[in-house]
Amino acid sequence: MSIRKILAISLLTFAGLAHADTTLLNVSYDVTREFYKDFNPAFSKFWKQKTGEAVTINQSHGGSSKQARAVADGLQADIISMNQSNDIDILFERGKLIPADWQKRLPNASSPTTSTTVFLVRKGNPKQIKDWDDLVKPGVGVVIPNPKTSGNGRYSYLAAWGAVIKKGGDETKARNFVAKLFKNVPVLDTGGRGATTTFVQRGIGDVLLTFENEVFLIKKELGNDQFDVVYPSASILAENPIALVDKVVDKRKSRAVAQAYLEFHYSEEGQEIAARHYLRPRSSAVLAAHKADFKNIELFTVDELFGGWQKAQKTHFADGGVFDQIYTN
Amino acid sequence: MASHKQKNVLPGFNLSLGYTLLYLSLIVLIPLAAAFIKTTEFTLAEFWHVVTTPRVIASYKLTFGAAFLAAVINAFFGLLTAWVLTRYTFPGKKLVDALVDLPFALPTAVAGIALTAVYSANGWLGSILEPNGIKVAFTPLGVVVALTFIGLPFVVRTVQPVLEDLEAETEEAAASLGANRWQTFRRVILPALWPALLTGFALAFARAIGEYGSVIFIAGNMPMVSEITPLIIITKLEQYDYTGATAVAVVMLVISFLLLLSINGLQWWSSRRNSVSR
Repeated sequence: MSIRKILAISLLTFAGLAHADTTLLNVSYDVTREFYKDFNPAFSKFWKQKTGEAVTINQSHGGSSKQARAVADGLQADIISMNQSNDIDILFERGKLIPADWQKRLPNASSPTTSTTVFLVRKGNPKQIKDWDDLVKPGVGVVIPNPKTSGNGRYSYLAAWGAVIKKGGDETKARNFVAKLFKNVPVLDTGGRGATTTFVQRGIGDVLLTFENEVFLIKKELGNDQFDVVYPSASILAENPIALVDKVVDKRKSRAVAQAYLEFHYSEEGQEIAARHYLRPRSSAVLAAHKADFKNIELFTVDELFGGWQKAQKTHFADGGVFDQIYTN
Repeated sequence: MASHKQKNVLPGFNLSLGYTLLYLSLIVLIPLAAAFIKTTEFTLAEFWHVVTTPRVIASYKLTFGAAFLAAVINAFFGLLTAWVLTRYTFPGKKLVDALVDLPFALPTAVAGIALTAVYSANGWLGSILEPNGIKVAFTPLGVVVALTFIGLPFVVRTVQPVLEDLEAETEEAAASLGANRWQTFRRVILPALWPALLTGFALAFARAIGEYGSVIFIAGNMPMVSEITPLIIITKLEQYDYTGATAVAVVMLVISFLLLLSINGLQWWSSRRNSVSR
């Protein structure tokens, strides 16, 4: 290719980029990468058809709290998508970037998709792990990411706690159960993907606790013949909230398209894309179409059993909280 | 000051000093001062409580202990490597020389993942070590291995130029005057190398104290056992506890500064002693 040709092409590309003057930045957590790779082009197409306007959506991925902190500290994100609501609450608490009642602005507490914590065991389930009680048996290695640093780990912890409560146990019983469970955890990775690597590549542990959508990704990546999924009798409903960042969209004059982007999550098409990525859709029609992928188990929410994320965070994961006490006492 | 000024051969002392101070302020002093100021949001009692909880104390012990151990290992093997690289010629020497710098270039996360893969129970080395009762990955020993890896170039690169300048004639002279090999090493070579070795040791030590990326993959991060202080800081940030995170960071800074200062003092003392004994 001649230099002139390269120059011409790069100029054209640049002109093309300059022309698509509407851009959105969606700051998200780690494991939504694959989902948004499909979702964003679909939205661009939808927006082009509707308004004739071209829109490019840029993605940023990373550990959820780290990403939220970046936005709170001034990263110009139009959209924020997280896997627990207190990572978005922080935008109100620090800098008032969004109103306090942001969760009321969209259906389902602004969470268009959900997931749940399930078990991934080695092929044939050699340790016969069927439900929560099997995880605390002696000699069972359980891989859970660190609840102090990982939203995924926090959900697993709360799932274990809630499962005891749901069976009629009290707080003390739940606490003892969780303490016993973490005695069986050999490694506390800082993030969900790290824990996956530890379980899958390093061969550590007999069971991995992680989100349903992560489990299916693992099976898809590594083939179906190495692992089995086990659904416990009850687990937690992990809600994935989204919000537009008011201060940023008003400054960038992108509120209309940002709002449409959020609403597109709830559309039939958006829900269908989510379901294809093993995120549980809210739409009953889409859920029905994917019934085989999402086993119907008893699900409880953080609000229902723990009085919301803020409170759960303070009681369980803050310094000196229950999780710390398990290790230091 | 005026008399000092005239003694400078090169002009521009004021300019260069001004630039140095500005540069140091922008890059080092102002960010660090900000950390200290942030901690004033705590009362002294609160500060003390945050930085002395059992988990944090355990992490100091691990971080400083493992960093020290790794620096000692590096001082020994780094000296050996530098010696081999300067005193002998062998095929592939240039390649080995280049290999030494690799830990600098490699993203530390890559180093951590690679080390974990090799040392875990199903890895090449782990599958040999673990049946013999030596667990490396996901134990404090793994932390030492990772810190040794990232600190390797420092000692080699500080000692190497000094060794190159050290003329073999001095050793021959020592030998012809009746010194045995150990005496030659102890009395002739080591004193000349000592300052460079200490510098390398201090650099490797300092680097290891602050290391995060490679360690978190191999440490296992169990509270009270294999949790390093930088992880405690990150953990606090994850909870949006900025003040708590800075408090622990400030304690790390102060300890590191005191340790480095005493290493510098040791260096000053040893070079003085050497010049006196000569």
